[in-house]
Amino acid sequence: MSALTFTMKRRPDQRVDMSPLVCQKLQAMEPDQIAAIELQNGNSKIRVDQLFDISGSDSQNIVIEGSFDKLDFIGKELDGGAMTVNGDAGAYLAINMKAGTIKVKGRAGIYAGCEMKNGFLEIEGDAGDFVGGALPGNKQGMKGGTVLIKGNAGARVGDHMRRGQILIEGDAGDYCGSRMLAGTIAVMGDTGRYPGYAMRRGTLLLWRRPRLSATFNDCGSHTLAFLPLLFASFKTLNSRFADSSVCFSRVQRFGGDMAESGSGEVLVRI
Amino acid sequence: MIINGVTIDQTFAEAFPMKGTRAIITAQNEKWAMISAQAMTGFATSVIACGCEAGIERVLSAEETPDGRPGVAIMIFAMGAKGLAKQLETRAGQCVLTSPTSALFAGIEGGKPIPLGKNLRYFGDGFQIAKKIGGKRYWRIPVMDGEFLTEATTGMVEAVGGGNFLVLAESQPQALAACEAAIEEMRKIPNVIMPFPGGVVRSGSKVGSKYPALGASTNDAFCPTLKGVTKSDLSAEIESVMEIVIDGLSKEDIDKAMRVGMRAVCDLGAANGVKRISAGNYGGKLGPFHFHLKEIMA
Repeated sequence: MSALTFTMKRRPDQRVDMSPLVCQKLQAMEPDQIAAIELQNGNSKIRVDQLFDISGSDSQNIVIEGSFDKLDFIGKELDGGAMTVNGDAGAYLAINMKAGTIKVKGRAGIYAGCEMKNGFLEIEGDAGDFVGGALPGNKQGMKGGTVLIKGNAGARVGDHMRRGQILIEGDAGDYCGSRMLAGTIAVMGDTGRYPGYAMRRGTLLLWRRPRLSATFNDCGSHTLAFLPLLFASFKTLNSRFADSSVCFSRVQRFGGDMAESGSGEVLVRI
Repeated sequence: MIINGVTIDQTFAEAFPMKGTRAIITAQNEKWAMISAQAMTGFATSVIACGCEAGIERVLSAEETPDGRPGVAIMIFAMGAKGLAKQLETRAGQCVLTSPTSALFAGIEGGKPIPLGKNLRYFGDGFQIAKKIGGKRYWRIPVMDGEFLTEATTGMVEAVGGGNFLVLAESQPQALAACEAAIEEMRKIPNVIMPFPGGVVRSGSKVGSKYPALGASTNDAFCPTLKGVTKSDLSAEIESVMEIVIDGLSKEDIDKAMRVGMRAVCDLGAANGVKRISAGNYGGKLGPFHFHLKEIMA
């Protein structure tokens, strides 16, 4: 059974809400029912077969060909199965995802992995602001699972993040890990201004020395026993994080944000 | 049945259901993992008075442990789930948390999860940090030598306790030498421990006592100095009897351990003063697991 593939026929001017096209919603549907699904497109509706050529039938393996950055809510609430996005993804990629795998070959817009519960999200290109963050007004962002970004990430990575891990091979923008409640954010590249701003708990794991604000206190250099376990858990990833040459267990530990409870930490490779 | 001059009695060892668990202790080197493991499995020879039976299963190489450091696998058995959980937790708290450079991990995947470091975290006084790695929950507890890393839970499974056999020899040194040979082979078998000192118990017991307060007392039928004054099970030439007790995760594991142990005893044979192998049973009243010596050695 070949993957259920949606190939873009034309790029609409308005943004498209792709949330109906997830594995669990399509699994009991016939091809003509899928074709007739209406997607929100700006302030109007558009049928799936007006936007996409549909081929294949395996609803547990969905491929979006020719995707571009106006396709929002891809993989919303995905609850098992695999989705592959060939091209860019719009905003709110994998929002509230519960299980399964989403791989994006291009870039992702703002709020990728927003409030996701579990599962695995991989973005080969850059990601926008608020990766794994909470929606405005909500108090908890990502609550589980893994987000892997092979490019750079925007500002406010893991804003209000509660659990799970965000792995960034490139750089992260300003306020990385802001208002974090717990979880792990690992950044191989540079971080912008104010990393860990108002974080309560959680870990920022950095390969390069950050520009920390005055509310982070040096706790000295240490060899931490949990780091080999953490790196071992990355071994199955198709990523630089799986490369044993990037692993380390010796770090400089900074505690903070002391303006909050001070139970968070920034660990910097030494 | 006679093997190499050693008579295998027509009898069976009687064992009973227990709850069992395994934990893995790692440290900077094997020496310190072993020190911690010995402390954790100390005073745990018999459930009669220790609350549990515990022992070191085997030494683990760095490649076999979760954190890539040398380690030791220990097993603990108790009569009930609650008792096992309590013993595991108090022993982990006093013997592993306290031991320099140690870390503590689950040794059984599956089964019913019971707290390993889940409640030890409160020692961290609010500075403890939880980390969920690869679907498992760990606690990082700040301690004076750095951080104590412990997995939150380990698995508890149904197990079997009280497998045993008795070695009857012409002298005390010969009985001990035969038991040492047996223990050396039995330690190679996975999923079992021999909880008594060095794996050997010289004070096997019978159920009951002339003193009402005691539930168990010396097994006078196998005490060589009482041959003439009690209903003895010993012939004239037997001067010393020692017992090996085995707890394991399954009947099959204990079968295997008993087989290699008794084989090692028989290899020494009558030429080395070993005359008989027997077993402790209570007429089938104590437990549902019966290990018939002849069947095991067949």
